[in-house]
Order: sequence, then C-alpha cells, then structure tokens
Amino acid sequence: MSNQNALGKDRLIWIYTQMARIREFEERVKRTFLEHPGAMRGHTHLADGAEASIVGALATRNATDLAMPTYRCHAQPIVLGTSPRKMMAELYGRKDGLCKGFGGSMHLADPEHHFPGTSAIVGQSIAHAAGAALTAQVKNTGQIVYCFFGDGASKQGAFFETLNMAAVWKLPIVFILENNEYQAYTHVRLEDANAQASDPLSQKAAAFSIPGITVDGTDPLQVYDAVAEAAERARAGLGPSLIESKFYRFSAHGNAITVPPVPTQFPEHEAIGVYGNKAEFRTAKERDPIPRFRAQLLRQNIVTEGELLRIEDSARAEMDDAVHFALASPHPDPEEATNYVYA
Amino acid sequence: MAKQMMYGEAMATAIVEEMQRNADVIFYGQNMAMTERDPMLKMFGKNRVRLAPISETAEIGIAVGAAITGLRPIVELWMSEFMLVAMDQVLNEAPRLRYMSGGQVKVPLVLKAGYGFAAGWAGQHSNCLYHTIMGIPGLKVALPSTPADAKGLMASAIRDDNPVVYLHHYMLTLDTGDVPDGEYLVPFGVADIKRAGNDITIVATGWMVKKTLAAADQLAREGISAEVIDPRTLAPLDVDTIIKSVKKTGRLVLVDQAPRHSSAAAIIAGDVAEKGFEYLRAPVVLVTALDAPVPYSEPLESYLLPNEDKIAHAVRSVLAERAVANLSH
Repeated sequence: MSNQNALGKDRLIWIYTQMARIREFEERVKRTFLEHPGAMRGHTHLADGAEASIVGALATRNATDLAMPTYRCHAQPIVLGTSPRKMMAELYGRKDGLCKGFGGSMHLADPEHHFPGTSAIVGQSIAHAAGAALTAQVKNTGQIVYCFFGDGASKQGAFFETLNMAAVWKLPIVFILENNEYQAYTHVRLEDANAQASDPLSQKAAAFSIPGITVDGTDPLQVYDAVAEAAERARAGLGPSLIESKFYRFSAHGNAITVPPVPTQFPEHEAIGVYGNKAEFRTAKERDPIPRFRAQLLRQNIVTEGELLRIEDSARAEMDDAVHFALASPHPDPEEATNYVYA
Repeated sequence: MAKQMMYGEAMATAIVEEMQRNADVIFYGQNMAMTERDPMLKMFGKNRVRLAPISETAEIGIAVGAAITGLRPIVELWMSEFMLVAMDQVLNEAPRLRYMSGGQVKVPLVLKAGYGFAAGWAGQHSNCLYHTIMGIPGLKVALPSTPADAKGLMASAIRDDNPVVYLHHYMLTLDTGDVPDGEYLVPFGVADIKRAGNDITIVATGWMVKKTLAAADQLAREGISAEVIDPRTLAPLDVDTIIKSVKKTGRLVLVDQAPRHSSAAAIIAGDVAEKGFEYLRAPVVLVTALDAPVPYSEPLESYLLPNEDKIAHAVRSVLAERAVANLSH
C-alpha cells in the first residue's frame, strides 16, 4: 500500500503539526522542573521520540474512535483535540485542570474527546481498552479502540489475558506495543524472551492466532499503513491485531523519584545514566522522527520551509500559552478532596 | 405479591429482570453460557451473555473499560478468592477511575462472587474477604443474608453507578424465603433489623445472620431479648442504625465469619467505640473465626468458625457485665 497516495497534503501536514505540538508540550513539561520547581508533583512520563508512532496510528482514526494509552498519556489527547491548557493545568495540580487536579500527569481523561481514561499500573489499561471495545461491539457503534502500551507492559498478565479474550470475542481493537527499548530502567533484552532471542516482540501475536507485525515507529507513514490495515480488520469484525512499533524514548522513564524537599528533574536517559551507553543514545537521536519527517516533507515538495516554520511557531506559542494558563490557574479548594468518590 | 424462592434463585431473578429492563446490562464469566441451551443466552443473546476464559484480570479489567464507556457489566466470578488474582482491577482500578478523572467518568459494574463456603472447601475457597474491600473509597460492598435481600441488593447493585462487589454466601444458596415479585430494590446503606429486642444488640452479616437468629431464639427462652441487625451493605455502612440500637440496649456483640482482624466486626466496633461510647454499659465483644486459615476436616472447620453456641455464650458474658457494673455502684 502506498501511503503517499493514501494521504494528501493536508493530512501529511496535519501529521507533522501534531508531532510538533506533542514535542513542544513535552519539552515544556520537562522544563517545568527547572523553570517552575515545585509546580509539578509526583511522577511524569514523556512521549518525546514517540510522536511519529502515536500520530501515525491516530491518523487512521475515524472521528469517534477511542484512544487508550497508559500513564504516559500526554500525546494522545493532544492529537484528539483536548485543550493543552487544561492538560498543563492538570499537570500543575490546578483547579482548571482537565481532571480538576484529581489525576495529574499519569491520569489524564477527557471522555468528550474520546479519551476515556488511563491507569498508571503497568499493563492494566490494556484490559480497560478491550472493555471500551466491548462497549463498541455490544452497542454496535462502529467505533474501534486504539490501545497503546509499552514493551514492559507486554510482560504483564493483563496483556496475555486481554489479548486472548479480545481474540476470542473478536473485539474491535488495535493493540499498539510501543517498543521504546526500555521498561522503566531495564533494557528490553534483559527481560523479554523474544528480544533476548533477537525476535520481534510482535511474535507474541502468534500465541493468540492474531496478526502481528513490527514497524519502524520513527516513520509516521509506516505506522499509518500498518495501523490502517489493523483498523480495517477491527472495523470488519475480524478482531484485534498486534503492532510492535519500534522507536526510542528520548527522555528518561520519568523525572527522578525524590523525597520532598529534594527537588526533582529529568535525569539522563537510562542508556547513559544506567548502562553508560552514550553511543546508543546518540544514534537514536540521529533518527529523531520529527526532523526526519520534516526533511521528507520538504524533499517531496509537500510543504515549504515557511509553512513548516509557521507550524512550529504556532505549536510553540500554543504550548507557552498552556504553561501561562496553568501557572495562573488557582489550586483546587481543599475541601473538594472528598468529591467524585461515588457517582 | 411475594413468592417463596431460594436465595440463589432470587439473585438470578434480579439479574434477569434488570437485564430485561436495561439493554446496557451485560453478564459474563467463566463456565457459563457454554451451550445454546443456556437459558440466559436464549433470553438475551450472545452479545450480552458471554463465556469468559479463566482470566480474572482481563474479565474485571474489561468490565471496568466497558463501564466507563457506557455498559453496565455484571461479572460472574463464582468465588470471591478468584478476585485475588485481579486485585489491582478490583481495588486500584475500578474505584479510582472516576475520582482520578475529576468525576468525568462513572464505573457502574457488579462483581458477583460467592464466599464463606464452610463445607470442606479448605484454605483457599472458604474465606471472607470483605474487610479488604469495604474500606476502599469508591467501592460498594453488598452481603445479602436472605432471599429477599439477595434479589433487592442485586437489583440495586446493577442500577448503582459505582463498582459494587456483591458477595453472596454459599451456605445460604438453598435457603428459601418470601421474595417480592417484580421490581424490588433494597437500598444500599440501610441496615435491616432482622429481629427486634431490648437487652442486647447483635450485628451480623451473611450466614452469620442465620446463626445469630438461631442464637437469639435460644436466648429468648432464657428471657434475653436480643436485637439482631444486618447492615446488608458494608460500604456504605449504616452505623447510625447500630448506634441507635446500642443506645437502647447498651450492649453490643458483633458476629463475623472472618478472623478478628480481617473482620467487618472490628471496623464496626471502632465506629461504635467512637460514636456510641456513652451508650455502652459493657465492653463490646466480637465473635469471629479464630486466627487460622480455614481447615478441611469438618471438626476442625467447625471449631474455627462462630456458631450459635459461641454467639449465645458471648451474649451471656456481656450481659453478666451488668451484675459487675451493678455491684460496683
């Protein structure tokens, strides 16, 4: 399948725009630890490096399809149309936050924008995503669910149980295994039998007799092609597929875990900080999906340098505004803490 | 109108009636709906009644995901211990998602499980785990002790917009009683006075209600008038009805099939100590299982669990405190 034919100029520019918006958002989150120490609490996880994979996948989406990622959940809602102002305010624990300050970075939810929620326990949201697909199937809504999770989550029981059940029930879902090479701090080769044998992780699909494919997750168009096929299969009632999307996470797993009052910030990536492998990190950065896709768009005369600069300026301005909005928003009233326990 | 019905049948009736009432209610679990002859499958079709593999994490996790997107799943778990392999979903997913989303989603689901199977099921299939669940904000816990409550609490559980752990007691499955026809809802958080009395308040749940009522009969023959209260739901817990009774009787015995420190009785005793201390004329006494896993052999199992005689003995000892108190004045 030729993606150049499938995707027109507007769509390609849309993909680049979303990638730029995600990167700009995440860079501001990362900088918050230095520029506004104390504004964010707990743990936050970034999607820098994952942009091509996430946007390429969601570019295949119909208007009401759902996306359900993990606690690394800033990128998908940006693509789905959630307000970055509300997202940043949530990360800063403010009243105007997406979840009114009740969830924080790991628990974004925006059902209005087809983003029902997340879990910060590794692997568990895979089952929730299949549940959303069950709703679509029972109610015959025509929706499908994009379920994103990491290589680490694919070692969880929830992964195996859910893929089996989704296959048996032929649920309309696409499982996107984001292999960014590191489960938190542990390299995938140290904990994954397929990786250790130099086999693709998509091989796990064979255990459930569903299609499994590995794609270059640094190329949004490759991801688009693979996910489009899986999405078509899901829409046709043929059940789930597993796509291993390989890319590299550019930031450490999360900000350093410190105990107050010790300030926290993002440490060096594990490749350097844990394994002392600067070359691996450098090589991965050379394959940064954003400049590569940018160059591709220019090379193929799909867009001019001027247009790209306008997109990038606009993304920067949008995310600067999100930070200003978040900083200006008040904290929630303390007595709200007992709200929302029960419906 | 009411008809005589078994506890297990009453529970199943509520599921059927609620599924007829609301097409969003679905029902699935292991070893059910296996053939086309299955009555539920015939009634509601394979979209709404499903067979699940032995995968509690996925079964419950899928229910959570289905609930936040518009269905009202009932998961047939058979035995409450099977929830233990999926405890993240039960304790750390279902009751958290609404709160973490700032109230944007709701999680209406029912986890249906049997418990307390004191019939030689030994260490891993006979437990009472409600203490682990009842204190988790966001969850509700129902424990019917009669056929009518089995129906009414199930109907309420299915209509509730929150995750409900519905625990039915295996030893009550064949008990019969009057069950109202048609729509019948037992509200959550409303304790039921199963027997009115003046001398002592006894709180019990599930099978222990039956044991306690038998003990109360025995005590009545000795001239002791016991008030027996069944909270029916442990979350929400109707402490007010218990305190009100203690205000009248001045004495409290709590009966619980779980071991003492994992009993609901210990929690209720704490609430009464704080909110009803002034009404107590004698120390609160707990009649619980002994601190051991549940053994297999019948005499061992019987020795471990509360029974009619242990309950009656506890009541007599609490009432004996009256003499002590009177002597000291």
